[in-house]
Amino acid sequence: MPKPMPLNTRLRTAAELRFEALELRRTILRMAADKGEGYVAQGMDIADLLAVVYYRELDYDPADPAWSGRDRFVLSIGHYSIALYAVLHRIGYIPETKLDDFGLNGADLALSTFDDQPGVEITGGSLGQGLGQAVGMALGYRLDKHPGRIICTLSDGELQEGSVWEAAMAASSHRIDNLVAVIDCNGIQADGPTVLDIEPIADKWRAFGWDTREIDGNDIEAIMAAFDQLRERDGRPKAIILRTTPGKGIPTLERRDRAHFVRVDPNEWALLSEELESNNG
Amino acid sequence: MVELKSGRAGGMGEILDVEGPYEVAPLGRALVELAEHRPEIVGLTADMGRFSDIHPFRDAHPDRFFQVGMAEADLLLIAAGLAKTGKIAYCTSYAAFITRRALDFLIIACAHSKANVKILAGMPGLMNPYGATHQATDDIAVLRMIPDLSIIDPCDATELAQVVKAVADIEGTVYVRSLRGKVPVVFDPDEYTFEFGKAKELRTGSEVGVISSGFMTQRALVAADAATEHGVSAGVLHVPTIKPFDTEGVLRFVAGVERLVIAENHQMSGGLATLVVEALYDAGIQVPLIRIGIQHRFHEAGSQAYMEEKGGLDQTRITRAVIDGI
Repeated sequence: MPKPMPLNTRLRTAAELRFEALELRRTILRMAADKGEGYVAQGMDIADLLAVVYYRELDYDPADPAWSGRDRFVLSIGHYSIALYAVLHRIGYIPETKLDDFGLNGADLALSTFDDQPGVEITGGSLGQGLGQAVGMALGYRLDKHPGRIICTLSDGELQEGSVWEAAMAASSHRIDNLVAVIDCNGIQADGPTVLDIEPIADKWRAFGWDTREIDGNDIEAIMAAFDQLRERDGRPKAIILRTTPGKGIPTLERRDRAHFVRVDPNEWALLSEELESNNG
Repeated sequence: MVELKSGRAGGMGEILDVEGPYEVAPLGRALVELAEHRPEIVGLTADMGRFSDIHPFRDAHPDRFFQVGMAEADLLLIAAGLAKTGKIAYCTSYAAFITRRALDFLIIACAHSKANVKILAGMPGLMNPYGATHQATDDIAVLRMIPDLSIIDPCDATELAQVVKAVADIEGTVYVRSLRGKVPVVFDPDEYTFEFGKAKELRTGSEVGVISSGFMTQRALVAADAATEHGVSAGVLHVPTIKPFDTEGVLRFVAGVERLVIAENHQMSGGLATLVVEALYDAGIQVPLIRIGIQHRFHEAGSQAYMEEKGGLDQTRITRAVIDGI
C-alpha cells in the first residue's frame, strides 16, 4: 500500500508554498472570471492552507486519486469548491479543459463539491456533514492500521451546525489522533458577518478534547508550524483555528462588504487580476 | 377488546405473536455469523446497542464496534466515512430517530454518495410503547422518495437473519425495518429464501389476495388460513423489498384474484398500499381493495396490543377484511 508521493510534488520551503498559493489564486480567478459572481473570496482566503496541505502535508498519488494508501482531504464546506478544484487541477487530477466550464450548466465542476469527481472525498454542500465522515474515515484507517491522516476543513459559520459538535465529541471520545480539523474563520456567512456569537472558538475545541492551535491562516509559515506541532499520535484529535481574510491577496475583494457570494462587474476581472499580481509580485 | 390499564408492553418493541417458535436477537446473531468471515463488516449504534439487538456483534467483535452516543446524525456520518475506507457499516438506532432527525445525513452522506451503509432501524411503524415521539409510522413514506436507497421490511426472524447477511452484498445504502427481542419464526429457514427485489407468493388463492410486508405478513397468513376454513380462497403475496418495488410480481399476483387486502405496519398512505395502487393505476387495472394500516394521526403510548388495536393493525381487523371484505 505505501507508495510515497514523488518528491517533485513535495514543496518544503515557505517560498515555494507561497508561490503555489499564488498559482492557486490565479487559477481561482480564472475559473470565476466572466461568470459575474461566485465564492471567490473564500477561494482566496483558503489558498494558503491548500498550498500547505497539498504540497507539504498529504501523501497521495498524482496518477491515481483512488490510491488506497492516500491521506485524505475532506472539504466539508462544499461551496469552497472553486479552491478545491483549483488545487486538484494543479496536482493533475482535473484537466485544464474543465476549469473554464466551472459552474456552468452540465459541467462536471459545480459551484459545490460532489464526490463523483476525482480527488473529492465527500459531497459537501449541506454543511455539517464533513467532520463526522472524517471521523469515520479516521476510525477506518485506524482499524486497518493505515498510516494515513485525515485533514478536514470546516468554516466558522458551519460551527453553528450541531452535527459538528456531535462529531467533535465522538472524535475525542474515541481517542482519534489521525485527524486534523482545520476551521477557516473568515468571519462571514450567507447573511453577512458571522450571525451568532461563536467565540471563543479555540476554547470550544479544547473543551471538546482537541489539541488546538490558533493562527493567522494566511501566514504560510504559521500554517506549516501548526501542522508540525500537531503530528504526534497521542490519542487526541487536532484542530487548527485559521484566522483568514476573505478575498486575501486582492485588496478590492478584501474590502468588499458582501464577500460571501461576491458580484463582480465584467470590467472588474482584469483589475482584480492586476491587483493579485501587483500585491504578490 | 384490550382493557385500558390492563397491562404494559411485554417487551420493548417486540411483536405480539410469539406464542409459536421465536428467536432472540436474530439481527445480532446473523451479523456475528456474517462478520466472522467478512473482516470489512463494522457495527455502530447511537446508544441503542441493547435495544436494537446489535449487542451480540459488540460482544463478539469489540474492535469493529463503534458507540457514537446519542447522535443519530453523527451515526450516519461516521458510518459513511467508514464505508469510504472500504468497510460495510451496519448501524442501528430507532426508525423514528433515523428517519426524522438524521434525514439529511441519510440522504446526502449515505444515499447520494452510494455509501455502503446498512441501516437497521429498530421499531418501525407502530412498535414502540413510548408513543408518537418514538413511532415511525411514516418511515417508508419519508424514505421511498430518496434515490439510490433500498428499503426492506422483513417478516420474521428467518427473513431478518437472511436480510442482515444479504444486504452486505447489495450495493449502496440499505434501510432495513428491523425486528428485535423475541422475534417470531414464521418461515422455515430450510424452505424460505429472501430474494432482494422479489415479492414472494406464500399462498395461492383465487378470490381474495392479501399483499403484505413486515410482520403483517404473519397476520396475513393467519387470516388466509381462517378464510380457507370459511370457504374463501385467499392468496398471500409477501413484499419484503419495498424499494426497488417488484411491480411485475405484484401485477402477476393481482391478475389471479378478484379483490385485494393490503396490510402493512405503516400509515395507510405513502407505504406499501400506495406503491400497489400506483402500480395498478399505471397498468390500467382497477380492483376492489381494502387497506389495513396505521391511521393517519399521532398515536398513543402503550402496550403493543393496545397500540395495535387502537392504531388499526390487529389480527381481527385483517381477518375480517380478508373473509368478509369489510
